[in-house]
Amino acid sequence: MSESKETKTRTIAVDLIARVEGEGALRVTVKDGVVQDVELRIFEPPRFFEAFLVGRHYDEVPDIVARICGICPVAYQMSAVHALEQIFAVSVEGALRDLRRMIYCGEWIESHTLHVYMLHAPDFLGYASAIAMAKDHPEIVTRGLRLKKAGNALMTLLGGRSVHPVSVKVGGFSRVPLRRELEGLKEELLWARDAAVETVRWVAGFDYPDFAQDYTFVALRPPDEYPFNEGPILSSGGVKISAVEFEHHFREEQAPYSTALQCRLNGASYLVGPLARLNLNHDHLSPLGKLALADTRLSLPLCNPFHAIVARSVEILYAIEETLRIIDRYEPPPSPSVPVTVRAGTGMACTEAPRGILYHRYRVDGDGLIREAKIVPPTSQNQRRIEEDLRAYLPSVLDLSNEQAAMGCEKVIRCYDPCISCATHFLKLDIQRDR
Amino acid sequence: MSDKNKVKPLVTPMRPKLGIFKFASCDGCQLSILNLEDDLLALGQALDIAYFPEASSDMREGPYDIALVEGSITTPEDAHRILSVREQATVLITIGACATAGGIQALRNWADVDAFKRAVYPSPQYIQSLSTSTAISEHVRVDFELWGCPIDKAQLLRVLTDLLAGVQPRLPTHSVCIECKRREIVCVMVAKGIPCLGPVTRTGCGAICPSMGRDCYGCFGPAEGMHEGPGLPPNTASLAKEFHQRLNLIPVEVLRRFRGINGAVKPFREESQAWERNEA
Repeated sequence: MSESKETKTRTIAVDLIARVEGEGALRVTVKDGVVQDVELRIFEPPRFFEAFLVGRHYDEVPDIVARICGICPVAYQMSAVHALEQIFAVSVEGALRDLRRMIYCGEWIESHTLHVYMLHAPDFLGYASAIAMAKDHPEIVTRGLRLKKAGNALMTLLGGRSVHPVSVKVGGFSRVPLRRELEGLKEELLWARDAAVETVRWVAGFDYPDFAQDYTFVALRPPDEYPFNEGPILSSGGVKISAVEFEHHFREEQAPYSTALQCRLNGASYLVGPLARLNLNHDHLSPLGKLALADTRLSLPLCNPFHAIVARSVEILYAIEETLRIIDRYEPPPSPSVPVTVRAGTGMACTEAPRGILYHRYRVDGDGLIREAKIVPPTSQNQRRIEEDLRAYLPSVLDLSNEQAAMGCEKVIRCYDPCISCATHFLKLDIQRDR
Repeated sequence: MSDKNKVKPLVTPMRPKLGIFKFASCDGCQLSILNLEDDLLALGQALDIAYFPEASSDMREGPYDIALVEGSITTPEDAHRILSVREQATVLITIGACATAGGIQALRNWADVDAFKRAVYPSPQYIQSLSTSTAISEHVRVDFELWGCPIDKAQLLRVLTDLLAGVQPRLPTHSVCIECKRREIVCVMVAKGIPCLGPVTRTGCGAICPSMGRDCYGCFGPAEGMHEGPGLPPNTASLAKEFHQRLNLIPVEVLRRFRGINGAVKPFREESQAWERNEA
């Protein structure tokens, strides 16, 4: 093709994507009205976790991996302890297993509410931030803050604090709550349950762009419960594997313009996170969750990335109900943890971080020292899919100004609640920031 | 340490302009700001939050009356960017272990980073990362340091309200042990023989770890010497000796205790290096 004088190259750029965790940028090139390159650039500096875990003792791992992410530390701790317990043939059952679900519920409530109310809703209502939104909608923002606080209270009771909890260990916890401490949370959780129902109703009423995509959904799918810590990995394309087989099917590839790797399932992009979980596990929702979802009048499967805020809200409701259910049947275990006998080996585990499946693999020697670590966070798995969404979305905004088109693209990216801090801990490449 | 924490009383405009900046970190300290929940909206009224990309797409340029800085310096461009943050800020406060001490990612400081890159990276020629992770104060003047991994949100609120009131902010610098005694928590080291960093770690968390039945792992950084006076290092050598002689930790285990979340800050760094020599 010859270059004509009329050939026009246009660049749509977002230098720093706002209201996401961590730092990323977007660069789109359009030539003669046709989208050429879509590059979601992650310029978080590498922090080398997988490298410096090597040589540390296994019991230090939960404290270290929590620092990969301040927003979802429980997810890192849970994937790590499950992988290590596989090596030591430790089985955590009963009340201890329930408490692990419960602390994960706390993280989902806190993280999802942060995203729904403070990071995402401003897009639908036309504000720059939740604080700006509070001027016109004080009661809504206050409800969101209180709901988020309920999640934090749960994490704080079980973990000592909500950012980087300290009680999670291989074999269980360093301390478990008393019955009356859990009972003390009930009143606020009952309020939170109603607030979560209101939240689903509220977000279902937003104005959504008509933007259905053809996704391969990937989530854990346990036989009889909504997924947190266990379950085979299921894809809507028919893959059903255990976490042990993860690396046979999922491969990370390097994109030269981003400092994060991109993960593919048998060579193709896929989607993890609330939409994928809900689509694959809606039959495991609690009765109230099913009802709230039905009331939205959205038909399953949900294939519009903008509906992720609905899925997230339904999951907040589920997590609250699950917590209440666990509190009602809680009998403190005889010991806060089960004994662990160190042995050498390799273990793999996958759990459901708020943003999707999080895979860990560790190799441990006979002294309990880590010899190898591999971590695949959810945002690296979604990164390819975000770019494909943007490709599909861009034609609808090309008539707009660069600034407005960029704003539209940012909204697509925010549907994913991308956690860029998480996505870059395993970076294999670090390129100068594009200025 | 302590002369850094003398802030010139802020000649505050009615609603000081606040900027929140991120370098290499997990975002947990910024999340602690959002976790202020009950006080967040009031904070938004008392301060003009002009730059906080994590929470707002309204990003306004400086100068800022107060800059909160999260994260450590790990890349050449970040070493450059912090200079511009400093230029734009009247008062610069580091929040958290990464910004104040280099953070967990400073564990790279002991690695042979070139060999490390060649071993780990398929294309080491692209690696622009610095061979170290360093605290903000190693690059620019810092007016106040808020310790913790993550910071304690009540401490942050206190520092901000002090600044708004034109008062020199002050936070306790004594050890976690004092906090344990106040809370009547049974000593995990004396009662259970668990090697605990509480005696040399700065208070501020509320002695969370011992209250959860485990050892303190030093996430609030070094306390200041209790007998010798504020500004002086804690007695890490004595504690390390206790770990080794009474609790039977081998030298590399003593080393690992000190080389953690705040491993790069002087008292902990020097103690871990002393045990590296013992090991060799």
